[in-house]
Amino acid sequence: MSMERTGQEVVLVDRLCVEFDGEHVLENVDVTIHAGEFVALLGPNGSGKTTLIRAVLGLQPYDHGRVALFGTPLSSFRSWERIALVPQRLPGASSIPVSVWEAVLSGLISPKRRWRPFSRAEKAAATQALNDVGLWGKRHARLDTLSGGQQRRALIARALASGADLLVMDEPTAGVDSEHVARLTENLAVLRERGTTVIVVTHDLAGITHLVTRAIVLDPGGRESVVYDGPPPVPTTLSDHVHHHDDAPGGAPSAVGLET
Amino acid sequence: MTSILDFDFMRRALVAAALVGLIAPLVGVFLVQRRLALLGDGMGHVALTGVGLAFLLGTAPIPTAMAAAVLGAFLIEFIRYRSRTAGDVALALLFYGGIAGGVMFASLAPGKASSSLNSYLFGSLSTVGEGDLLALGALCLVVVLVITVLGRELFAVSLDPDVAAVQGIRVRVMSTLMAVLAAVVVVVGMRVVGLLLVSAIMIVPVAAAQQVTRSFRATAVLAIVIGLVASVSGLVGSFYVEVPPGPTIVLVALLAFAVLATIAMPIRRRRREAA
Repeated sequence: MSMERTGQEVVLVDRLCVEFDGEHVLENVDVTIHAGEFVALLGPNGSGKTTLIRAVLGLQPYDHGRVALFGTPLSSFRSWERIALVPQRLPGASSIPVSVWEAVLSGLISPKRRWRPFSRAEKAAATQALNDVGLWGKRHARLDTLSGGQQRRALIARALASGADLLVMDEPTAGVDSEHVARLTENLAVLRERGTTVIVVTHDLAGITHLVTRAIVLDPGGRESVVYDGPPPVPTTLSDHVHHHDDAPGGAPSAVGLET
Repeated sequence: MTSILDFDFMRRALVAAALVGLIAPLVGVFLVQRRLALLGDGMGHVALTGVGLAFLLGTAPIPTAMAAAVLGAFLIEFIRYRSRTAGDVALALLFYGGIAGGVMFASLAPGKASSSLNSYLFGSLSTVGEGDLLALGALCLVVVLVITVLGRELFAVSLDPDVAAVQGIRVRVMSTLMAVLAAVVVVVGMRVVGLLLVSAIMIVPVAAAQQVTRSFRATAVLAIVIGLVASVSGLVGSFYVEVPPGPTIVLVALLAFAVLATIAMPIRRRRREAA
């Protein structure tokens, strides 16, 4: 693990504070993530996990503090092709039909490619990514006709195709049955081997614990939002904060990160 | 039987109808995906204020309507950005304000302006002149060029604005561009189907196409084919039956929707059973 820490600073968050309507959502967050780390961002609903990620990606304005990506301050960062956001689903994919192939290629759309069509190499990367997640046979299918787990894999394929160095995933396993979680985990393991930096926002480490090199736990209310930052498992005294009984669909909640 | 092509005004009308049939669904496919199917309608109403204002001030209706619609496009994107959840209310405000403003200005204008307002509300293909045709052609060319270059970015934004932003795409610029494109189509279509129905030719062919397609590209292509067929056949049909072309074009497109939706029903059922 010490080796991974010697890599480039991929994400730097320095004394970050975010307020919504005068309410402190994030307080004094200090986080530095190096190349090759596989970080799980944990915390109950409303703890600011999503807000932190949005602030880091430039989607959420912040009140105080500093964010830098790959050593460049957020405001002047332009190398967005190095980053891929994996959402839970694509909201626009259910209004007009979008094929799996189109969804995967959409990860390569960028102002930098504005004046030329997708190259053969880019299409080859999309093909490879679809093969990696086992969805090549479904490439012509409408994305919204796939099962939840398959859609999630298509979105991971999209991130794989983009060749990004930093992957940010929002709840990749929520609502996915255990069989598909296993499949997802294989895809994530491939990313880890490639040296891709991964940040997973999640309620539940089940199935991916062995991949995680670092857990960051957020909890609102204190003077500092980060209440734990270190290797998993999360200390039991904190796992109560982390876990939300509402969030384990159809199963008894088990303490986060304690499976290993 | 008289041929439709014997008349200069019909030849021009056919070209104008074909242009609208082509670009309206091309822009509409992005609007539908962003769940802004009614945006074109709002634009049409704002453009009406422009037409009324043109009557009042004695300026040319098309440029004035264009200015009003583009201004409306910026306004609506601004409102949508400021209050994320109130997009539909913003549209409603444009609807009512636009219609009321248009009728009010036209009534205040000297002469019989309020009666000629009708030709903008319901279209007046037979009065399309050479100059109009050139203007329409130029506007269509601009729309096609913009979508050729920026279509993928518009697609990414309509798929997921947050993800698009993380890919370095200027989401607000693209959203505003989308609204401006809709405004251009509205003004182009105003002469053909009228401001009240112009949104239909953007949306109905898309709704028809997506019944049977499985990809965005196929939806766009089929929607354009449906739009072209509806515009041209609707115009030709209206010439022989002697009914107004605007409503005929829209009804042909709605017929295409009904046919494709019926065809798609067994396909969907099979898909559901397979799933």
